Amino acid sequence: MTIKIKELPVEDYLLKGNAACPGCPLNIAMKTVLKALGKNTIMAVPACCTSIIQSTYPNTAVNVPLLNIPFETTAATASGIVAGLEMIGEEETTVLGWAGDGGTYDIGIQALSGAAERNTNFLYVCYNNQMYSNTGIQRSGATPKGAWTTTTWTGKTEEKKNMPGIMVAHNIPYVATASISRPLDIYEKVVKAKSIKGTKYIEILAPCPSGWRFNLSQTVEVAKLAIQTRAWNLYEVENGRYKINVTVRNPKPIVEYLKVQQRFKNVINDENKIKEIQMETDKIWEKLVKLTEKTQAL
Amino acid sequence: MMVREEIEKKEAKEESITVIDTGDHAVSLATKFARVQVVAAYPITPQTQIVEEIAKFVEYGKMNAKYVRVESEHSAMAACIGASAVGTRVFTATSSQGLLLMHEMLFAASAYRLPIVMANVNRALFPPWIILAEHTDSLAQRDTGWIQYYCSSNQEVFDTVLQAYKVAESVNLPVMVNLEGFIMSHTHMPITLPAQKQVDEFLPPREPLWKLDVNKPQSFGNLAFSNYYVKMRRSIEDGMVKAKSEIEKANDEFEKIFGRDHGGLIDCYRCEDAETIIFCLGTLGTEAKASIDNLRKKGVKCGVARVRVFRPFPEEKIKEVAASAENVVILDRDNSFGKGGVLNTEVRSILEGKRISNFIIGLGGTDVPYTTIEKCVEMANGQKDEWIMKVKL
Repeated sequence: MTIKIKELPVEDYLLKGNAACPGCPLNIAMKTVLKALGKNTIMAVPACCTSIIQSTYPNTAVNVPLLNIPFETTAATASGIVAGLEMIGEEETTVLGWAGDGGTYDIGIQALSGAAERNTNFLYVCYNNQMYSNTGIQRSGATPKGAWTTTTWTGKTEEKKNMPGIMVAHNIPYVATASISRPLDIYEKVVKAKSIKGTKYIEILAPCPSGWRFNLSQTVEVAKLAIQTRAWNLYEVENGRYKINVTVRNPKPIVEYLKVQQRFKNVINDENKIKEIQMETDKIWEKLVKLTEKTQAL
Repeated sequence: MMVREEIEKKEAKEESITVIDTGDHAVSLATKFARVQVVAAYPITPQTQIVEEIAKFVEYGKMNAKYVRVESEHSAMAACIGASAVGTRVFTATSSQGLLLMHEMLFAASAYRLPIVMANVNRALFPPWIILAEHTDSLAQRDTGWIQYYCSSNQEVFDTVLQAYKVAESVNLPVMVNLEGFIMSHTHMPITLPAQKQVDEFLPPREPLWKLDVNKPQSFGNLAFSNYYVKMRRSIEDGMVKAKSEIEKANDEFEKIFGRDHGGLIDCYRCEDAETIIFCLGTLGTEAKASIDNLRKKGVKCGVARVRVFRPFPEEKIKEVAASAENVVILDRDNSFGKGGVLNTEVRSILEGKRISNFIIGLGGTDVPYTTIEKCVEMANGQKDEWIMKVKL
């Protein structure tokens, strides 16, 4: 990490006193992304927590132009904005598709896939809180196995999707994962993405206290634990070449991460289930290491 | 090949020229003349010729526009909304299933007050798979806040696309231009193309009501409470009402420049002294003209009022034209299950003291010859919704 906190731009485009819940990770994510992109940014935002955070009409907490659009259309609307800007010669403006995991992994994946296949010149950021939190904590394709939600009362029985992997498979120039516990890393990744032409995809882990059921003072701590236990890995994929950003030498057992979240109450006392989750976590990491080795020659 | 070269030569000289082409190509040509800047579309039969031709125009440098090759109609309308929201002139085209898939986005386009123009090639609905003409697809979008034109010739299609932009950009509402699948979309008819400078005079560059502007950061469409919501809805209603006079105005101005009049809100034929008036949409209106001439020879005083604009609904015009008639015959190439024809429901709701008969006719592309329409007029006895299942009666 080369940039320091005090070197970040002073300007904020997500204003203070917005309508986010206490302890919401989005404030960190959105504030940092917008700092990195600056004034010349247009946002397309589907139905998600950001619909709330903006506050109610005629007020707004977002100081860049923002178009709210139906749930499944982030990338498609962004494609239209990009085409329009190209026609009027406003190509220095960055178009930012900003959506949650429901709007990305599930209902928005078709539009995103189409936009990525067309290598649309925009940045898509998925802030991933691993569920539909705005509608009240329902299961999404990003919800990890075992997690309680209001549509998986006994714990989700399926694994989450590998969405960054799906985006890599579209052969777009830049894919990265990030976490709200490392805002400077977010900043640098967004600055890098901004300099690249074509479709860029960044996914930011955003632990949600009310949905994950942890104390709202612990948002950053939980995000840190996710990295320390390899429940969330930080990496970049530039032109197909994987690069792991953080290698945790002695990762903590996954149970350390699970036990601080009430959403895993159904698995926490079941050794077999914990073992299963640990194995899956290890498998994802090993795959990532192998992918990194294999793609170096690209 | 010769014909194309001929057209290009004439175009270069800024001269008007008459070509023989399909309804679909009439749409594509009109978007070029209208200087559309962004097109986002997904292919569906029988709309494909429209977008194929536009792609050709764009790729071969004959049209200065971006063509976004989206992966669905839903995304097509989403992209149109995005492009229109930065101030550009935008176009899309679809049909049938594609229009149904867009449904959610149609409300967004009108509520955002974006002057998007869309051609819809009317086609029947699945299942079973069928690609022939029917009006149910667009009539099912009745409440979306889109202005709806229904055309009856390829020339009218071309002219209406130009008028659509004029109207859309004056009232800030989206416009759907409907033409029937195959009956018009794939049928060659003469189309007189104007000189570009005439079109530019009629249709100056768009001046957006609002746009996404980095120098004036605003959020659009964020949470609002009921009081604001109601105001916003009311403004759409006001825009729709205003559209009635704007449609007539655009038609008049168009006639002055190009010398063609397709009727503003409704297109009447021999209605002045008519005792029986037929109301219908699209090509049924053209066919009915022949029926009227025959019926009049037999001594039946009748006329046809083709409803050219279905939304905003031309209530006053319909009342006016039907004022002295005793019989009203409504032909619907559509049906609202459990209620009868959609046009019928609307026309019936505003007319009093008439004998009104409704025929559900021409569904799924069933041919409607003028003889069948003549029979309908003769059979009319106040039917609520009589289905005509055969071509020949």
